[in-house]
Amino acid sequence: MQFTFTEEQEEFRRYLRRFLDDKSTPADVRRLMATDDGYDRDVWRQLCNDLGLPAVGIPETYGGQGFGFVELGIVLEEMGRALLCAPFFASAVLAANAILNAGSEEQKRELLPEIASGETIATLAFAEDNGRWDSGGIEMTATKSGDGYVLDGAKSFVLDGHIAGLIVVVARKAGTSGDTGLSFFTVAADASGLDKRLLKTVDETRKVARLQFSSVPATLLGTEGEGAAPLSRTLDQAAVCLASEMVGGAEQLRESALEYAHMRMQFGRSIASFQAIKHKSAEMLLEVELAKSAAYYAAQAAADGANDLPMVAPLAKACAADAYMQAAVQTVQIHGGVGFTWDNDTHLWFKRAKSSEVFLGTPAYHRERLMQHWPA
Amino acid sequence: MSEVTEDSIRQESRAWLEANWDPNLSLVEWRNRLIDSGWGVPTWPVDWYGKALSDPLGRVVAAELERIGAVGVAKTGIRSLAAATILVHGTDMHKEKFLRRILTGEDTWCQLFSEPGCGSDLAGATTRADFKGNKWIINGQKVWTTSAHHAQYGLLLARTDWDVPKHQGLSFFIIDIEQPGVEVQPLRQMNSHASFNQVFLTDAEIAPEYLLNELGNGWAVATTTLMHERRGADSLRRYAQASDRPERVYVEEAAEIGVQLEPYKWYPQRGGRVDLVVERAKATGAFDDPAMRQEIAKLLTLSKAAEWTDRRARALQDKGGPQGPEGSLGKLAASNVARMAAQVHTAIAGSDAMLTGEDGALDGVIAEVLVSVPAISIAGGTDEIQKNIISERVLKMPKEARTDTKGPFRDVPRNTVG
Repeated sequence: MQFTFTEEQEEFRRYLRRFLDDKSTPADVRRLMATDDGYDRDVWRQLCNDLGLPAVGIPETYGGQGFGFVELGIVLEEMGRALLCAPFFASAVLAANAILNAGSEEQKRELLPEIASGETIATLAFAEDNGRWDSGGIEMTATKSGDGYVLDGAKSFVLDGHIAGLIVVVARKAGTSGDTGLSFFTVAADASGLDKRLLKTVDETRKVARLQFSSVPATLLGTEGEGAAPLSRTLDQAAVCLASEMVGGAEQLRESALEYAHMRMQFGRSIASFQAIKHKSAEMLLEVELAKSAAYYAAQAAADGANDLPMVAPLAKACAADAYMQAAVQTVQIHGGVGFTWDNDTHLWFKRAKSSEVFLGTPAYHRERLMQHWPA
Repeated sequence: MSEVTEDSIRQESRAWLEANWDPNLSLVEWRNRLIDSGWGVPTWPVDWYGKALSDPLGRVVAAELERIGAVGVAKTGIRSLAAATILVHGTDMHKEKFLRRILTGEDTWCQLFSEPGCGSDLAGATTRADFKGNKWIINGQKVWTTSAHHAQYGLLLARTDWDVPKHQGLSFFIIDIEQPGVEVQPLRQMNSHASFNQVFLTDAEIAPEYLLNELGNGWAVATTTLMHERRGADSLRRYAQASDRPERVYVEEAAEIGVQLEPYKWYPQRGGRVDLVVERAKATGAFDDPAMRQEIAKLLTLSKAAEWTDRRARALQDKGGPQGPEGSLGKLAASNVARMAAQVHTAIAGSDAMLTGEDGALDGVIAEVLVSVPAISIAGGTDEIQKNIISERVLKMPKEARTDTKGPFRDVPRNTVG
């Protein structure tokens, strides 16, 4: 297990940070979150063509750069820090890993190069109106029809589901439940019978859609009825990636609170000189560092395909979610009144912390999963 | 002269050890032989039993000792802090008189810093040293003194000038503990153990040559000691692995470690014993309670994250990175883990948390956890002091305005000790 980053990885991080400092300023975030698409096509093109970011975690055989979850974690941490508005998580994390885990060799060769290059924006439609993030919550049915299948039901909380060109869907054979009868499918965005609606979100920087399927034609991805294992793996990997994104955001909040405390004068002195603020700041540093350690460890576990990933992934997700939300609450508090205003940027990260807290499952849900996978 | 490399040091120390290591010597005989060779403390100066090697090369030598199973120089307890302090601030006479017997383990040392009236604010010491006739006369009270009941010497911080600002009026002495003016009493803790002592100094005497460094420079000397204490916080545990092999040198070393560690048998309990939580929860049925599972998972998450943060800090240091804030962060994290563990153990035990000894859970181990964890957020610097250190040194936040560092110490408000 590696507990530090290599010099190359640190250089990669610095390079990304410079790019994102320039391309994803709070003004950019505010501009993009007000749009339905929620991303800037020029920046996305640069991010794909110049930096090759969607390719980072995809093996070279499938048109990627062949790095692992540690490098992907760095990308996400920096994106979380900059609050980048882009369909990266949907496409390069959720869809790409679902295809890698579930798809046949031929399907991976066909689908992944376009995701790696960014030509195709893909997503994973998994959760439904019941808001559950475990396989038991899946009710959408897949029915064999001619050479293919048709899907019926509804998917919700689909990240960038309104703009994705390719939708990876998890559905089940009618009459099955739990981990049985699950299969992955791919669906084209313009398939007949597919009705998409952008949902109103607290966190406008993370767009989610509800997709209504009425006998939508779909192509089986991988093996029929064998979806449970690749799904659980995909969700563990996604939890690890989200943990990385969250610690990046938490670190940004922590730094902004500290900067403000230094600057803000009250009672003839900087509020950073008050012990109440100093101790709060020290606690924030501790919380964020602990969450980083868990996220880094989990990224390494995912990169190694470690056996304890099902224990480590929910641990990192719950830890980062709590640290991010706590950092957000305290950053508003340290800013005082101005922290509650729309013009101050804190609420942008606060809301991302809130959406991240529950996306892929609440901390309580992940803690229960951690207990189920804790070594006996 | 050929170049010193890891390989050359490994070969050289290995050759010497293979020719000289003899487990049938007495512990002191063996250590004297090791000290004379320079392999006992290879990072020390050449003039004082060492070979002036870098820390990484020193670790190569330590690995060779371990490989062959050889016993090293005495390192437990305060003696290594005394040695480090004397090396930096002592005269040749001090080094001649004390260093070898520290390394052989013949002398035990204690640290007379904390007082009932000053814990976090160590520079507020009011134990006084007055020069009368031809010697220093010491009066005052020290507390939390490890090993004082079997120590020969103490590192003493005392006030020699009350008319200058706080930090400038302190001096640092080496005091002979085995004299009539020094009374050592065990200090009983809330968990019933007495791991430390209080030391009453009543007209105790120190000859002038046992002043370390200059008069009024005591704070600088104490800082050296404290720096080594912080850096070596783990070394007591690391070196305290007694071997159960039958040869004379091992038997004598095991006895030395036994004496050293006897008062600290409860130390694992102060950390919260997270390792027992799942086992206990399964034994009581709490493991099947969804609410309890949440609390246990929070604890396990915090504990793992703290462990990985510690690994990150050490990995960074191994790469030669600067010693970051991780020491203070690690200490804060350990406090949080211990506090939460006590809550979880209580919830798991339920009514049994009222009972101790053979009536209590795990023969009283759980009860001992519950009444021992308050130590962890106090000893070695309270959580509040750690937060000050983190906020001021790492986050560069301004220090509190102080009212105690200017003007004569005589005028500074302080505790009155009866």
